[in-house]
Amino acid sequence: MSDLNQEMAARYKNNFLKEIEEQAEMGEWVKMCMQCGLCSGSCPTNFHSGWDHPPQEIFMLIRAGKREEVLNAQGMYMCTSCYNCYVRCPRKVPVTHVMHGIAEYAYRIGRAPKNQPTMHLSKTFWTNATKHGRVNEVQLTQSLYFKDGIGAGIKKAMEMQKEALGLVKAGRLNPMEALGMGHKCKDVKGIHAMLAKAEELEAKNKAAKA
Amino acid sequence: MAETKTAAYICKGCEIGTRLDTAALVKTATKSGKMNIVREHDFLCSAEGVAMIQNDIDNEGVTHAALCACSRRAKTEAFNFPTIAMSRGNLREGVIWIRPDTDAARETTQEMAEDYVRMACAEVKAMTVPPGNQKTGTVKTLLVVGGGMSGMTSALEASKAGYKVVLVEKSAALGGWAAKLHKRVPTREPFKSPEDNGVADMVARIEADSNIKAYLNATIAKTDGAPGRFKVDIAIESGAIAQEDVGAIIQATGFTLYDANKLPEFAYGKTPNVVDQAGLEALAKAAAAEGKPIRRPSDGQPVKSVVFVQCAGQRDATGKHLQYCSGFCCNTSIKQAMYFKDSNPDIDTVVLFTDLRTPGNGEDFYRAAQNKGVIFSKGVVSQVVPSGNACTVKFKDLILNEDTEAQADLVVLATGVVPNSGVNIDAPVAAPAAAPAEAAEGEVAGEVIATIAPESILNLTYRQGPDMPQFKHGFTDSHFICFPYETRRTGIYTAGPVRRPMDILQAQEDATGAAMKAIQAMENAGLGKAAHPRAGDLSFPTVRLEGCTQCKRCTVECPFGAIDEDEKRFPLFNESRCRRCGTCMGACPVRVISFENYSVNTVGSQIKSVEVPDEFSEKPRILILACENDAYPALDMAGMNRNEYDPFVRVIPIRCLGSVNTIWITDALNGGYDGVMLMGCKHGEEYQCHFVKGSELGRYRLSKVGDTLKGMNLETERVHDLEVAITDIATLPQKINDYAALIKSFPPSPFKGF
Ligand code: SF4
Ligand code: SF4
Ligand code: SF4
Repeated sequence: MSDLNQEMAARYKNNFLKEIEEQAEMGEWVKMCMQCGLCSGSCPTNFHSGWDHPPQEIFMLIRAGKREEVLNAQGMYMCTSCYNCYVRCPRKVPVTHVMHGIAEYAYRIGRAPKNQPTMHLSKTFWTNATKHGRVNEVQLTQSLYFKDGIGAGIKKAMEMQKEALGLVKAGRLNPMEALGMGHKCKDVKGIHAMLAKAEELEAKNKAAKA
Repeated sequence: MAETKTAAYICKGCEIGTRLDTAALVKTATKSGKMNIVREHDFLCSAEGVAMIQNDIDNEGVTHAALCACSRRAKTEAFNFPTIAMSRGNLREGVIWIRPDTDAARETTQEMAEDYVRMACAEVKAMTVPPGNQKTGTVKTLLVVGGGMSGMTSALEASKAGYKVVLVEKSAALGGWAAKLHKRVPTREPFKSPEDNGVADMVARIEADSNIKAYLNATIAKTDGAPGRFKVDIAIESGAIAQEDVGAIIQATGFTLYDANKLPEFAYGKTPNVVDQAGLEALAKAAAAEGKPIRRPSDGQPVKSVVFVQCAGQRDATGKHLQYCSGFCCNTSIKQAMYFKDSNPDIDTVVLFTDLRTPGNGEDFYRAAQNKGVIFSKGVVSQVVPSGNACTVKFKDLILNEDTEAQADLVVLATGVVPNSGVNIDAPVAAPAAAPAEAAEGEVAGEVIATIAPESILNLTYRQGPDMPQFKHGFTDSHFICFPYETRRTGIYTAGPVRRPMDILQAQEDATGAAMKAIQAMENAGLGKAAHPRAGDLSFPTVRLEGCTQCKRCTVECPFGAIDEDEKRFPLFNESRCRRCGTCMGACPVRVISFENYSVNTVGSQIKSVEVPDEFSEKPRILILACENDAYPALDMAGMNRNEYDPFVRVIPIRCLGSVNTIWITDALNGGYDGVMLMGCKHGEEYQCHFVKGSELGRYRLSKVGDTLKGMNLETERVHDLEVAITDIATLPQKINDYAALIKSFPPSPFKGF
């Protein structure tokens, strides 16, 4: 994995902007930012402890060629996909997508921090949702609770007991899902085929870039 | 002129007839107005009503008419009787629209209306029909000083409108700054790439234009006269003087780049690899001529990286450099970065800016540059350090909040503009021994004003000085808020960056506007009419010299330099330079200056005609003298919106606060008015006065009224100066009411009944 990181660093030498433009999804938008700061000002995660660099700064860092600083940043993982910035950017930069693109690229070249919570959620969510074509909420919750070990998981589950029972009573949560039962999507096969095709196209895309 | 015959007309339309007792108004006009003919009409502005008035003029010999109907600002096309003196009593906007339709209000509303009828009658009787200025000049040739984009545009536009033009250019070629450009910022869709500078085409059109006579290598040695009859001496190359008669003048002398030598921290002059924007244009032109890429001056190697430093010596808060923005150099840097990117996308181009300002369609251009890979970084450059053939640009990254640096083969400084304004006629006279460097750079109130041309540009023979007054930061005069291009020298206009920072497109628009205004001034001068803002006014100031004490107040205060002195040191009016503001009339302590349709008497007799009830009536009288340009329209509009105000005020429109003669105020107070309110425009640096200095001069005069009040044992608050803008429609009635409440809190004026 980190080989790919070194390979990319060597390939683009000092031109990190070019690297992002060619490798990260939507990366070509980074140059269009006019540094107005509206995105950072709109972001609900702003002033959050984990938020070292808001989008505007991430873009600036990329343009300034600060590869290490960007790839070590937390900002892009902190994005909640609220799309505030996306709708507000006067330059119509799809900020949310660019943030995700950068995060995904960092992950792809092995630079995403281990156990990064939002990344863990994304991965778990993806596996979970694609399996039956529909999210199994109980299993998803479990996997998140137990991310940091059994003890932490049990503690968290106990804390949320009341809410869970409420949901069950209201018919919003099916405890049987824990056993892999519950809702399924009608044409799971079709979904799988579709996803396989998408993956194939994506791989082709990435191969063309690499 | 034939015998005076007066008439008053009372309109009953627009509900005036139902709200007011018009029969009583007829009686007022007859009895106290003493008008020879008094008529009512259901709709005075209808064809029939107008015909009635015309018939009286034609067959009854009416010479003076008081039209008591709507505001003088309304129905001006219908009530157009140029052969007679005419006044208007404002019964609609001034009375019924600002009063409630209630039984309780009926009496005071009627009294208001009766006073306005009396005032209209009194005013018109004090007027005569203005004959127009007889000393007209009829020359219709336009002089344009400066052959850059602005000057060429003015010349071509005036020629297109059918006027002859004399174009004077100091250098050997037309084109000015634009001619130095390799290419210019795009002027048309899709605003993505630099385009041809457009100079050659314009020069060719000028050369082919038989209306335009161009003098190159020439300057103005002397300008004498007034609109319609300027006499100009042009110093031409041979050393000879060419004389031209012109009707109006446009000064389009442009700007000079701020001297980059004043920025030693950016290594200008220390290495040839640091250039200003003109320097880069020269490099680009030379490279294009040879068909080669732009090369580094120090060693002739192709440039691989460029850094553009925006706001170099501009928008400076330290007081060391220019405080303002050039208005175009962000776009210019974007364009120059494209010179590189368009020829080779691998060249690194970085624009270091604090705020990127891209007027016009510059935003599209900016985006195009980003798309082409120009890097824009928000940062403040502190230093450029040359080393060998490269430079290190040290700057503070404002987004990442850190000190950092960039390497570059070439550094371009966007240094801003200094207007080519000529001599500063308002500068304190410098000691004759002052070093030339100091003379070229005057310090005014802590601000550095860089002056490029310490020599005069127009060499006017005016007593106010050889050039036009200067504006903020040394730009040549211009009426910023209301009338761009218009200066305090009638018939002389400014266009382009000499009057404020602007780009080529704006300058061309400006130059077109200035040409149109200059044409209007020439035409009006020929007809003996005033130029803007009272365009078409046929009145002009006359002095009763027998009474003049030669105090020179008028000569000094005229904001437009219209008054000179004759050999006997009496004021000598240059009527064609006069704007009819009346400032001289307000200034004259012995009141010998007047206009046919506006004088100490036309206003004074209105003041005196108002019926002042005795002190037991509890009906105070408040005089409002309202500027006709802003305050009076605002009051009219308040009326249109049916915003009510106090019934005890009587409003008289005045041309300008500057025209207020203090005798009006003392007369009013002596006559038993309880208060006097003056409404005029904002003055000072951000003035909104149509006559630039008028409201300021008027206010200065008013500041002395306090002593008079004290001498009369009256509260000083009885005279109130209110700054009014034309937009104050909603708040003005409240301000009037507040003031009226204050007046009512005082005991009634002790002068009533005298
Ligand atoms: S809102 Fe858009 S243009 Fe503004 S800083 Fe964010 S990304 Fe850049
Ligand atoms: S979409 Fe992401 S980066 Fe944009 S405002 Fe929302 S949380 Fe912040
Ligand atoms: S002060 Fe005004 S009215 Fe008087 S001469 Fe000057 S411009 Fe004319």
